[in-house]
Amino acid sequence: MGYKSKTIILAIVSLLLALLYIFYDLTGNIDYILPRRLIRVVAIILTGGAIAFATVIFMTITNNRILTPSVLGLDSLYMLVQTVIIFLFGANSIVMMNSSLNYAISISVMILFSLVLYRFLFQGEGQNIYFLLLIGMILGTFFGSFTEFMQVLIDPNEFGMAQDRMFASINNVNRELVYISIVIIVLVLLYFIRYYKYLDVIGLGRDNAINLGVPFYPVVKRLLVIVAILISVATALIGPITFLGLLVVNVAYEMMQTYRHLYIILGSVFISIIALLGGQFLVEKVFAFSTPVSVIINFIGGIYFIYLLLKENKSW
Amino acid sequence: MVNLKNVFKSFGEKPVIEDVSLKIEKGTITSFIGPNGAGKSTLISMISRLIAKDEGDITIDGKDIFKTKSNELAKKISILKQSNNINLKLTVRELVSFGRFPYSQGKLTKEDWEKVDEAIAYLELEEIQDKYLDQLSGGQRQRAHIAMTVAQDTEYILLDEPLNNLDMRHANQIMKTLRRLVDEKGKTVVIVIHDINFASCYSDQIVALKDGKIVKQGRACDVIDKCVLRELYDMDIDIKEIDNKRICFYY
Repeated sequence: MGYKSKTIILAIVSLLLALLYIFYDLTGNIDYILPRRLIRVVAIILTGGAIAFATVIFMTITNNRILTPSVLGLDSLYMLVQTVIIFLFGANSIVMMNSSLNYAISISVMILFSLVLYRFLFQGEGQNIYFLLLIGMILGTFFGSFTEFMQVLIDPNEFGMAQDRMFASINNVNRELVYISIVIIVLVLLYFIRYYKYLDVIGLGRDNAINLGVPFYPVVKRLLVIVAILISVATALIGPITFLGLLVVNVAYEMMQTYRHLYIILGSVFISIIALLGGQFLVEKVFAFSTPVSVIINFIGGIYFIYLLLKENKSW
Repeated sequence: MVNLKNVFKSFGEKPVIEDVSLKIEKGTITSFIGPNGAGKSTLISMISRLIAKDEGDITIDGKDIFKTKSNELAKKISILKQSNNINLKLTVRELVSFGRFPYSQGKLTKEDWEKVDEAIAYLELEEIQDKYLDQLSGGQRQRAHIAMTVAQDTEYILLDEPLNNLDMRHANQIMKTLRRLVDEKGKTVVIVIHDINFASCYSDQIVALKDGKIVKQGRACDVIDKCVLRELYDMDIDIKEIDNKRICFYY
């Protein structure tokens, strides 16, 4: 079976799962339940798609299949922002309770951080992507430690609020934020189209890409901006869930057996949607909302990650 | 013509290339030889804009390579680096088709595919053209990569240690192909090479480098010389002439 038919099958499975999620056990106040389920499905498609897409691009740029955009430190920055807000204004403040305001603050801080980081690292001679990743990792750890420090200081009840933000959850997504996210993601996609043709070539590695006439650093910089915006949108919408990307993109590569980014991207996006929809379905119907979806995703993702490491180890 | 004028490069404090000036004529094979760490790979990477120079001028046909658009340059000069471990599910034919990227930006026309077929035929890869790269031997993979640069159809072809890890038969095959590219298609080939006998037998020009400086450059028969080689490698090398070719005996 070729990668084209596999893509179509994945698309159909995603659609069926979405329909199952929307219409399963649709009883009671339909006018209330249906729109809520619909908006969750849209949120899942948005975040799942954005994370899968960003991770594919990121893995191609870094030429490494076990790196995810989380090494850029955006997840930890999001947690830091949330904790700082609680620390300064309290858990019941308007900044925490008003999700639009919170979304705006989180997203602007994350995007601003990435832009400053890129600007700082891409100027002058020493243009090295691994250096960028290293700095991202160190800052991420720093943000993490700082978050923990502040969480120790705050009131235990407020700490509960902060901890709640640590896990992605689709149970209470805000309708307006989903609309804003759609607009941002569509704009990013339009911006991306110009750079799409370079992805396959960048997959051959830096030297080959330059040899074939790709303006490497300008393109990589713009692609990294796209990655940062997509991850920021997904994280601000439902919480830190970048680990999902590692899982779905690797499954997509194993499944598709091609180098063509169009199919790897589509495959990853669909697998991501399937994983999130399936996970959310389990959360609601089996676990009765007792656990957030990211716990399930991280659990399965973690097992798969260990499997990947062991497999890599064997082939040496 | 490739022209280098007073080129300098250092990594951190350590100078790797010091004041190198040289000219590479069209329609020749030029070999860079020298001990490890002489700066051969650095030099070839700078000529192909993979790494930036610190000082000096590098021009190709009179145009500064760091001021020319990358895509324009990709139609003039191609480079193949020594380590090419591509981790993608890619067939030989697909790899070769990437050589047409500078012309087609990924949307290959009929003409492009003709060039791809031509390159595959040139390197005699027809039988394995639909095999995946990870199913190939080192020699086959090397030939597939060279086919990509042939498909790129540039006037200048730069290869960084193309004979690395190849047995005699495959090494010879590749050198013969390069010679044919020069003689039949009028290409200009620049290679970094460790085996001085291959350099002596197949190249028109040899540039001998040591510690980032040019020790000697000129025709192959002038550079393959007892004094030059002693200065280069710090060892006495016996040179025998067999069939008008200078063969170094250093065992």
